[in-house]
Amino acid sequence: MESYLFPFDSLICMLLGISFTVWFTLLLVFIIVPAIFGVSFGIRRVYMKSLIKLFEWATLRMERGAKEKNQHLYKPYSNGIIAKEPVSLEQEIQEMRRGSAEPEFDMSDIFYFCRRGVESIVDDEVTKRFTAEELESWNLLTRSNYNFHHISTRLTALWGMGVLIRYGFLLPLRMKNYLSDKVHLMCYRICVRALTAIITYHDSENKPKNGGICVANHTSPIDVIILASDGCYAMVGQVHGGLMGVIQRAMVKACPHIWFERSEVKDRHLVAKRLSDHVADESKLPILIFPEGTCINNTSVMMFKKGSFEIGCTVYPVAIKYDPRFGDAFWNSSKFGMVNYLLHMMSSWAIVCSVWYLPPMSRMEGEDAVQFANRVKAAIARKGGLADLLWDGGLKRGKVKEVFKEEQQKLYSKVLVGSSEDRSRS
Amino acid sequence: MGSTNSTLLKIPNVEVLMQETGFSPAHIIRLHDRFKALDKEGRGHLCPHDFGAIKELAMNPIGDRIIGAFFSPGKETVDFHTFVKILAHFRPVDKDRPKEPNSPEPINSRSNKLKFAFQLYDQDKDGKISRDELLQVLRAMLGMQVTDEQLESIADRTIQEADLDRDDTISFEEFRKSLEKINIDHKMSIRFLR
Repeated sequence: MESYLFPFDSLICMLLGISFTVWFTLLLVFIIVPAIFGVSFGIRRVYMKSLIKLFEWATLRMERGAKEKNQHLYKPYSNGIIAKEPVSLEQEIQEMRRGSAEPEFDMSDIFYFCRRGVESIVDDEVTKRFTAEELESWNLLTRSNYNFHHISTRLTALWGMGVLIRYGFLLPLRMKNYLSDKVHLMCYRICVRALTAIITYHDSENKPKNGGICVANHTSPIDVIILASDGCYAMVGQVHGGLMGVIQRAMVKACPHIWFERSEVKDRHLVAKRLSDHVADESKLPILIFPEGTCINNTSVMMFKKGSFEIGCTVYPVAIKYDPRFGDAFWNSSKFGMVNYLLHMMSSWAIVCSVWYLPPMSRMEGEDAVQFANRVKAAIARKGGLADLLWDGGLKRGKVKEVFKEEQQKLYSKVLVGSSEDRSRS
Repeated sequence: MGSTNSTLLKIPNVEVLMQETGFSPAHIIRLHDRFKALDKEGRGHLCPHDFGAIKELAMNPIGDRIIGAFFSPGKETVDFHTFVKILAHFRPVDKDRPKEPNSPEPINSRSNKLKFAFQLYDQDKDGKISRDELLQVLRAMLGMQVTDEQLESIADRTIQEADLDRDDTISFEEFRKSLEKINIDHKMSIRFLR
């Protein structure tokens, strides 16, 4: 019996050995070497095109399947579940008063607030920004599809194959690559290829120069990799524990970055001082800052924290927009941890995104930090095709400030009391 | 994307719900998704804290009262059925519905919408809006922007105009009468998309 097994054993070993060598060579030739030299084979673009065709076919298949069974396809509500009236408080009250002479309090005034309140229960702007964007078509990742359903054997088989490819082939490939980081630009480029990231850089003549601050909208930690593979930056951020901490410490050895302890972050003057010292030194790399303060789901740009805009140097805005069809890059840190997120990222089809370098901006005369921040934010939102929101990214976790409620109360009282003052005067 | 039937089957008594409220299957599914999104801990019901997490609602001067309207007296949780039934108040009125004499009034009738608004004023649910209750609502809507005297004069005037039987409170009938001319359907309806 033993002699029976023996030849098989060595055969298997030989096969394994050969396949491993082949695999490794392929790895070397197609991924690492080009990364070193910054050359692209264009394979990824072909990959991307074929993926798109595949997704469209899958979508059509699902639609047909649903029609055969005479059922409605549940289209995800990317535009909201209700149509909100764009009428403001003043307009509404004036409408209601049209019959009577003076605008005074009426029992029906409460309807406005009531309706707005219930509208926000059904659908509100902020919660939408913090859940991953829903897709019109399905990209064969169960995570993007809320109602995975057995439509046809072919589709399921395709999905199964997709799983095999992603977890059995792409994932180990990427793990291997991702863990072997040593040299700065080269290692970022390897990462970029590892994620099968297809990045289109626009307007590279506006790339950030030394002695400035680079400001970008934030969707995921991958933003850093994407920007850093096209230029050297000094990073700013909190010291993290865990996997992120290890990465941070490794990065510091390569380049002078600015890491803060959590307690230091509270001291805004200290932060501002360190940043301005770094910027003043012309030889130091431009600082990369994400002023939103947290990851947003890439459909909008939220309020920029004004700290980075107070320093008074040139700001180089950068807009990053991910194509959600290939893999959702948004990191919901209150739901998923870092490792979980990385797993998701590594086993997506690809990361496709566009990076636009906008022309540098400086603070103008008579403009304060907040106005400057809003101006930069508007420019980034416009370029990236994202909605420009006034809301604070901190709303992901914190409570609404009382001041917002007061705004509503002020508005209403102005309509009522302001007009009665006019009456008493006349 | 997926067919609607599988999700609908997961919701208990969904046929009854659709009939009572008049929502279409697509609406029910979206409301169910919304319910699940609000129910962050996945308990299957909502508590006032879950509503409080909605930022736009927290900003609303009468946000607390609206949240209160979802919870029947004594109950601390709201299940999906109750959630949908309350939201059904805000469906636009069905103009082409045949008038069946024996069927109960639909949830989104003019009268029921008015009742919903009435309970926002009438917090102790005694069927009347007292002067105090009116003052409380005014204070909530105006905050610290007006003085006490201004508030009192507004309340006095409102009661004077609406209170027909001179008992210094506003009953539901008086409330209804004072709002005769208002287009309730327009003010108290939300347009649900297909």
